Amino acid sequence: MPVLDMLETELREVNATLQAAARAKGNETFTIENPRGAHAMAVGLDGPISVTVKGSTGYYCAGMNKLATVHVTGSAGPGVAENMMSGEVIIEGDASQYAGATGHGGLLNIKGNASSRCGISMKGIDIVVHGNIGHMSAFMAQKGNLVVLGNAGDALGDSLYEARLFVRGSVKSLGADCVEKEMRPEHLEILRGLLERAGADARPEEFKRYGSARTLYNFNIDHADAY
Amino acid sequence: MDKTPQHTPQTEPRQSWTFSREINSEIRRAAATGIYDIRGGGAKRRVPHFDDLLFLGASISRYPLEGYREKCDTSVVLGTRFAKKPIELKIPITIAGMSFGALSGNAKEALGRGATLSGTSTTTGDGGMTEEERGHSEKLVYQYLPSRYGMNPDDLRRADAIEVVVGQGAKPGGGGMLLGQKITERVAGMRDLPVGIDQRSACRHPDWTGPDDLEIKILELREITGWEKPIYVKIGGARPYYDTALAVKAGADVVVLDGMQGGTAATQDVFIEHVGQPTLACIRPAVQALQDLGMHREVQLVVSGGIRTGADVAKALALGADAVAIGTAALIALGDNDPKWEDEYQRLGTTAGAYDDWHEGRDPAGITTQDPELMSRLDPIAAGRRLRNYLNVMTLECQTIARACGKSHVHNLEPEDLCALTMEAAAMAQVPLAGTNWWPGKGGF
Repeated sequence: MPVLDMLETELREVNATLQAAARAKGNETFTIENPRGAHAMAVGLDGPISVTVKGSTGYYCAGMNKLATVHVTGSAGPGVAENMMSGEVIIEGDASQYAGATGHGGLLNIKGNASSRCGISMKGIDIVVHGNIGHMSAFMAQKGNLVVLGNAGDALGDSLYEARLFVRGSVKSLGADCVEKEMRPEHLEILRGLLERAGADARPEEFKRYGSARTLYNFNIDHADAY
Repeated sequence: MDKTPQHTPQTEPRQSWTFSREINSEIRRAAATGIYDIRGGGAKRRVPHFDDLLFLGASISRYPLEGYREKCDTSVVLGTRFAKKPIELKIPITIAGMSFGALSGNAKEALGRGATLSGTSTTTGDGGMTEEERGHSEKLVYQYLPSRYGMNPDDLRRADAIEVVVGQGAKPGGGGMLLGQKITERVAGMRDLPVGIDQRSACRHPDWTGPDDLEIKILELREITGWEKPIYVKIGGARPYYDTALAVKAGADVVVLDGMQGGTAATQDVFIEHVGQPTLACIRPAVQALQDLGMHREVQLVVSGGIRTGADVAKALALGADAVAIGTAALIALGDNDPKWEDEYQRLGTTAGAYDDWHEGRDPAGITTQDPELMSRLDPIAAGRRLRNYLNVMTLECQTIARACGKSHVHNLEPEDLCALTMEAAAMAQVPLAGTNWWPGKGGF
């Protein structure tokens, strides 16, 4: 198992090594030691490799990930897995702001808490947060699923499009056009699958589902007070 | 004496300057609809512009170059600061970012064809990269916008440069809205949203705030693309000195500066006409910022917003820009607002030359629409040739002026070659008022 020690290896070399291995599609496994909060680590991977980061990362870890599995044993800075296309990103600790922002696919599995704007503008990604999420999460979220085992902060799902939000705990407040919706069997099935994939110890029946009321989909002057 | 009223001398009916016919019509429209007016076309008010500047030409102390004989180079290289593969252009005129969705696929193809024939670049827009555009653009700049519609790492790597859009001249500080009637299945699919709903383009990026974050975002984009692509940062004409300085600090290779006449973006009329600065007012502060940082010509400056002629190009370059970008002018060259569609413009309640409801998708010229019948009116090959012709004419005009000023490269034009016709233009361009050696703000009057 190749080990890349960031005490000795520059970020550019680390990423170039990982990107080349991903392109080669050799299913290699890497370990990164001493990340020391470096930004833009393991970004732009496009292939089925596994990367374990032993420690915490800075901004945009695993940004635009495709197919790869990136496992951070510590916490992640802002924008982890931003614009992820596929694959899996696992954070053992907490995640800072904008986790999974604009993600198109794949699974972002946060074992701790996620800060504000988790899943902002998400476009198909699945995000499971085992702890709590901060305010304005899933703002303008378009597609995908956000699962929260803990509580959600203010203005959850503000200006939501078609993303599904599942929260087990409390929601401090809902954002504009976000409403609680009926949990139908197909939603329980989706949720069950996500909880299993994320290794989360929870039952789908414990969650509430939130989604868009779709009243803001076409501009209407009579809704001006909602903006 | 005849005292009948009809023989009493009357003053002509006097229209109020404050409450003009146009203002009154807008008040009536607002009262009837309860909603502000949305349009494209950029600021239509008269603002100090390149027309208010003149070139001095050669004289005893400045000798000219021979037209049609002596070379006047127009090439420009963008992205020399950090990128492994800078963009080399034959002309200093590029095509500005305009979205697929706002524009038809044929229009994007035509822009790519015209730009490629002229040896320059075109730019994507909100909504992602289309095959029409990539396939017909030898050099394509991929915009990285707040909405991230259609953003993916494959297209990022297929691009020749990346433009992080912070602002637009038409609406610095504003987002956008693509109305539902333009959201076809293809447009919706690229944006990951349902067909037929209004699609909001956010006003700020979802995962960074401020120059320190931007620096890290640029680092991420460089790491994803192997430090190959030039990274542009596009700013609206708000605070050009500080925004340029901060873009440079954040690591930009190129700064794209868009003044308030920049017009392909649709937004509220009140926003277009009342927020932001004229293009002319933005250039010198931006150049000053580059000079103060020792980065003039190291970080290239591309200026856009109301560029129409080779004279405009030459003046922007003389004030310190490395290149310009055109949007509205390119659409006109393709065929937008052509009087041959006057009957249809009339039916839309407007007239050729004034049509600016590009966001509504009913463009008779088939450019700013997703309607199949209207789209088919634009032949992308012929339209691309028209754009090529127009770009070539502007380049020849710019060379003509540069030779008259004795310059063997258009980048050798300088403020000293200019004078201003008005006090305002003199102050903004920091060149002497014609017939004087003084401009407002310059000491020693």
